[in-house]
Amino acid sequence: MTSIVYDAIVIGAGSIGMPSAMYLAERGLKVLCLDQFASSGQGSNKCALGGIRATHSAPAKIKLCLDSLDVFSTWEETYGYNIEWYKGGYAFVAYRPEEEKLLKDLLVIQKRAGLNIDWLNKDDLLKASPGLREEGLLGGTLSPEDGSASPMRSNLAFKARAAELGVDFRFNERVTNIMRRKGKVVGVRTDKGGFATGCVVNAAGPWARAVAQAGGLDAPVAPDCHEGGITEPVAPFLDPMVVDIRPAPGSANFYFYQHRPGQVIFCYTPNPAIVGSDRRETSAYLPMIARRMVDLMPKLGNLKIRRTWRGLYPMTPDGSPIIGRSRELEGYVDAIGMCGQGYMLGPGVGALVARIVTNELRPGDAAILGELSPSRVFGGVEALK
Amino acid sequence: MSDYRIKEHPILAVPPDPTVGFTWQGKALQAREGETIASALFANGIRVFGHHPKDGAPQGIFCANGQCAQCAVIADGLSVKSCMVPVREGMAVLPLDGKPQLPDVDEGDVRFRDIELLEVECLVLGGGPAGLSAAIELAKAGVGVILVDDKASLGGKLVLQTHKFFGSIEACHAGTRGMDIGAKLEKELRAYENVRIWNNSNALAVFSDRKVGVLRDGHYFLVAPQVLLVATGAREKSLVFKGNTLPGVYGAGAFQTLVNRDMVRPTERLFIIGGGNVGLIAAYHALQAGIEVVGLCEALPECGGYKVHKDKLARMGVPIYTSHTVLSANGAEEVESVTVAQLDSAWRPVAGSERTFKCDTVLVAVGLESVNEFYLKAKEFGLPVFAAGDAEEIAEASAAMFTGKIRGLEIAKSLGRDVGEVPPEWHRTAAVLKSRPGATITEEIPEEDQGVFPVFHCSQEIPCNPCTSICPQGSIQIEGGDILGVPTFNEQDCIACEQCVAVCPGLAVTLVDYRKQVGEALVSIPYEFPINTLEVGQSVTVLDTLGQVLGNVPVVKTRAPKFADHAVLVKVRAPLSIAKQIAGIRVQQPWVGEAMPETVKRLDDDEIVCRCERVSAGEIRARIRAGVRDLNELKGATRAGMGACGGKTCPSLIARLFREEGVPPGEVTDLTRRPIFMEVPMGAFAGLVTGEGPVPDVAKAHAVHAFQGGL
Repeated sequence: MTSIVYDAIVIGAGSIGMPSAMYLAERGLKVLCLDQFASSGQGSNKCALGGIRATHSAPAKIKLCLDSLDVFSTWEETYGYNIEWYKGGYAFVAYRPEEEKLLKDLLVIQKRAGLNIDWLNKDDLLKASPGLREEGLLGGTLSPEDGSASPMRSNLAFKARAAELGVDFRFNERVTNIMRRKGKVVGVRTDKGGFATGCVVNAAGPWARAVAQAGGLDAPVAPDCHEGGITEPVAPFLDPMVVDIRPAPGSANFYFYQHRPGQVIFCYTPNPAIVGSDRRETSAYLPMIARRMVDLMPKLGNLKIRRTWRGLYPMTPDGSPIIGRSRELEGYVDAIGMCGQGYMLGPGVGALVARIVTNELRPGDAAILGELSPSRVFGGVEALK
Repeated sequence: MSDYRIKEHPILAVPPDPTVGFTWQGKALQAREGETIASALFANGIRVFGHHPKDGAPQGIFCANGQCAQCAVIADGLSVKSCMVPVREGMAVLPLDGKPQLPDVDEGDVRFRDIELLEVECLVLGGGPAGLSAAIELAKAGVGVILVDDKASLGGKLVLQTHKFFGSIEACHAGTRGMDIGAKLEKELRAYENVRIWNNSNALAVFSDRKVGVLRDGHYFLVAPQVLLVATGAREKSLVFKGNTLPGVYGAGAFQTLVNRDMVRPTERLFIIGGGNVGLIAAYHALQAGIEVVGLCEALPECGGYKVHKDKLARMGVPIYTSHTVLSANGAEEVESVTVAQLDSAWRPVAGSERTFKCDTVLVAVGLESVNEFYLKAKEFGLPVFAAGDAEEIAEASAAMFTGKIRGLEIAKSLGRDVGEVPPEWHRTAAVLKSRPGATITEEIPEEDQGVFPVFHCSQEIPCNPCTSICPQGSIQIEGGDILGVPTFNEQDCIACEQCVAVCPGLAVTLVDYRKQVGEALVSIPYEFPINTLEVGQSVTVLDTLGQVLGNVPVVKTRAPKFADHAVLVKVRAPLSIAKQIAGIRVQQPWVGEAMPETVKRLDDDEIVCRCERVSAGEIRARIRAGVRDLNELKGATRAGMGACGGKTCPSLIARLFREEGVPPGEVTDLTRRPIFMEVPMGAFAGLVTGEGPVPDVAKAHAVHAFQGGL
């Protein structure tokens, strides 16, 4: 054991753990950030597509992502580190009355939450996103304030800032035990050593349940698998993230966007979900996603696919994150179960974690924490996952 | 417009004149039928194919093998790898400057077919020496085979090997030219009906559900094999030096493709980095194509390739600089010169030893590494898999043919065929053929000055013995029968047939005949250049084994008998004092290799490690010094390994930088490998069908095609 007593130990150096460590250090805490992989962001962060939107339907996620958008959109001008932020917006397309109705119903909630989002008719949507199949297009929603950035570069940017603020990092190290005494966290034991602390933040993404269990707790987080891909870079032709929520055999929806360096990044939601933590490539993915994408935007047929990968969504029973202090173990904080949106939620959640740990909650935090409480009853499902 | 096509070649037949019209930046040019865009551009003197979006650096070919994407151009509106796509009549080709535009398409034109799944007993990836040899054994055993190869014709790198092969005649056709061996193997394989051969096809990925994604003629298939054989060969290693991505710097394999497959003369003055067999053979092929080889440098104190290859070059007049390295390739848009320096015992350039040579091309021939991605993935996913040839272990093509045979039999056995055991001597032969060049021993020059006998200028232990098999008198032997040994002439009954002179792959056998005239000898020398470059009566400079000039002597006879297979047997009249020392005729004049009066120092800091994303050694060293130990983090931070080639070239260069920075390999985490093997249009995976008419049944069409055209 080292003689340092950390004010907080963050488990996980990914989309949630890294900004959490950064914001904790910003508040003057001595922080250790641990990760089981060889460097930061190697779990799910690097598998994230990079889309960042506040246009959800649950109020807590809307608020957290608005905070995140503030961070992502101003990072380069504040810190000089290019995270490839691009304000291209999100376009949800409708080709059937079912989707048109669902999206229009959601608009009411989203507008009420103060989001900049509108319904565009076919012609206006085609102007915003040229190249969409025109036949059958009814229109769609466009939220121009949303955008995208590079998950890997963001993680490295947050890491550089965290390191500057004095955060210690340890990689290739797995937590084996969260030590407790009299109902309070006193330290963390790993496969390589041990560290004293009164506060542990579980930000272990798909591996959150094992970390909770290391503290004698449980977390209702189970991963499912999604495959993503990226193309060659081409000259800019597509502004928004295009989301098609029509179900098709094998997939519930799919989405793609062109990020700032020119590559198109794409993913789909398997239906039924593929539960588990298998990150190995499957032969089913490319034919399925390629057909849906080329059908929706025929010019993509000529765009060359460069690489595919498979990542994990840490799912919760109701599709909403789990954030807050544990009632059972003092000093233990959950920031888990982001259900595939950890990257876009990251800075907002990280800042909230820092406020939780330092007991400096803002007005409005109570509502968020109520909605995302670890001790909530898990029911209901969010409309726009 | 200059024409850079090869019009005369000592070994290769010259193809018909170009007849296919295309344009480059609107200018009308001609290509040969079936020629790739890259070769057609080179043939028209164009070597800069575009400029990189990151820094505007000029781009040209590098691998000429479909592995990288540095040769990309815009052809009829789409970005394509110019080294893989043939020119079509009327094709409009443009440089790729920056990022390409994605053209609009008519949505009414878009229909889809389903991606078919094909089951097969054995899927063979690669139709080179290993894959062909394995497939023949599989075919003999009645195993159903699909053989996938990315080129239009089979043979792999054998197609490029215009020289005669080492090894033994029985095991691997020694003494026959590589290209002819490839053709023989292909013919043998095509006789079997249980083998389907897919040319112009690429394996793209081995998936965790044990299916293999294959792109055939632009159509995507999934193949579910019971056993996979990976015979995907090797790729060339790269080297970090200033100017290492300038157009004109490329791999020796790319060079052989341009010269020996496509009959293009891509350079007038060539410098070669690397004294292994690949570099040495490339130099020889260059001379045969009428290209000046201004020099070859090797970092080690001795060339790593066969001594006979090196000696042959030295005799022809190519300067070889051992203990030398390249400092820079110089020029703004293309290579104009190369600067080299001597290395001290600590591998540091010796100050003051720098020399610059005028050249337009620098070949990088610094070794090969296995293309083993599919093998590793199949292992990981539990798909039964074998590897053969260079994909398993880098060695000569002769060894690849033999390991291919062994794997073929092993796979047939694993599939339950009654093929018996692999004969133990096969394993022994494979091991022998893989052996590295051995000890150099003193050359034995016979003492007598009478009669007629061969002289062997062969003094290094390599696996080679065709001279012992070819001698009709059985008078050439290797002591103890060991193929690695050097030959000796044992009996005094030489009939002067000159077959040993003709068959030696190292051009290291001469025949000395004292019978005609007292005080003089006739010496027969093998010569693989056009016969019309020598005339009877002409005086030629003759050299000893190592390339020392012995004097000038007259040619008395030239002939190109059938058994010499395009080689010319040159008879010269020589004084007794030098007759037995003569090993070759100089073909390149000494002034070709002279250094420039002034040494050129390249100022740009452009030692590029990742070619696709143009990441420099300096950027990577800085990250290593800042503590980065994970190649995946390095990739996220610098984009090294994130480019079009999928990290095929840079990981070994980065590993070297880690070593140079004193980081032990055990501390470094390797790149996570992800599909797909090469970039492929999304439409292929979608089963996209464009144009009029019904959606074709591609699998059926291809199956029929395979039986009609392929077998």
